[in-house]
Amino acid sequence: MSVSIQESDFDLAAELNTLRSGNSKVGAMVSFIGLVRDFNLNETVDSIYLEYYPGMTEKALNKIIAEATERWNLLNVRVIHRIGRLYANDQIVLVATTALHRGEAFAGCEFIIDYLKTAAPFWKKEETGEGSHWLETRETDVQRMEYWHSDKVRKSA
Amino acid sequence: MKIELVYFGRPKEHLKIARETADLPAGTSNLAGVLAWLRTRGDVWAQELADNRVRCAINQEFADLPATIKENDEIAIFSPISGG
Repeated sequence: MSVSIQESDFDLAAELNTLRSGNSKVGAMVSFIGLVRDFNLNETVDSIYLEYYPGMTEKALNKIIAEATERWNLLNVRVIHRIGRLYANDQIVLVATTALHRGEAFAGCEFIIDYLKTAAPFWKKEETGEGSHWLETRETDVQRMEYWHSDKVRKSA
Repeated sequence: MKIELVYFGRPKEHLKIARETADLPAGTSNLAGVLAWLRTRGDVWAQELADNRVRCAINQEFADLPATIKENDEIAIFSPISGG
């Protein structure tokens, strides 16, 4: 289980190789990468700027991973979140999971990225031709987190 | 009572402040009181720190407005989070 918050880019293949290495029980590996889009709300986005709360952000991410590993039998988890200035097509975030079987690897990965959106302290500013503005938590992201807390999903976990 | 204040996101940029040590007026005992006191600093503070525009943390845990504060707490004030 490891978390990194960094300005530099990451290499998916290298990260996945490390994540699965030394454990021949791994039968499934799932990864999610979030990318910078060049548009949002009908505006062209030139770049985004991301900041975080050193200390609290790492703690929040570790807590999310701990909750995921309580629900699903995950063998390993890797989260990388970039900060600073990023441009269209840049990688922002990586969530990768390994498990014995695909069901747990998929569910754990989806849970972690959904949860991260509403529970990890990051702030994103979009810089467009018209100026810049800070983004707010999306209602659809809040709904995704509520979904994971619904009784039906809890029981199936 | 002395506390550490840290700012992130929109209020950090608009108030042009990242961190300060503050001496709270007597009788301020919760987050709502801290925000109310900061809003007396002027128009831009009043606007940026309206209760419905900011979120808070105490000692690096998310906290709601009625949460009690104590000496030397680190109080974070920020706009709604938006990572990923």
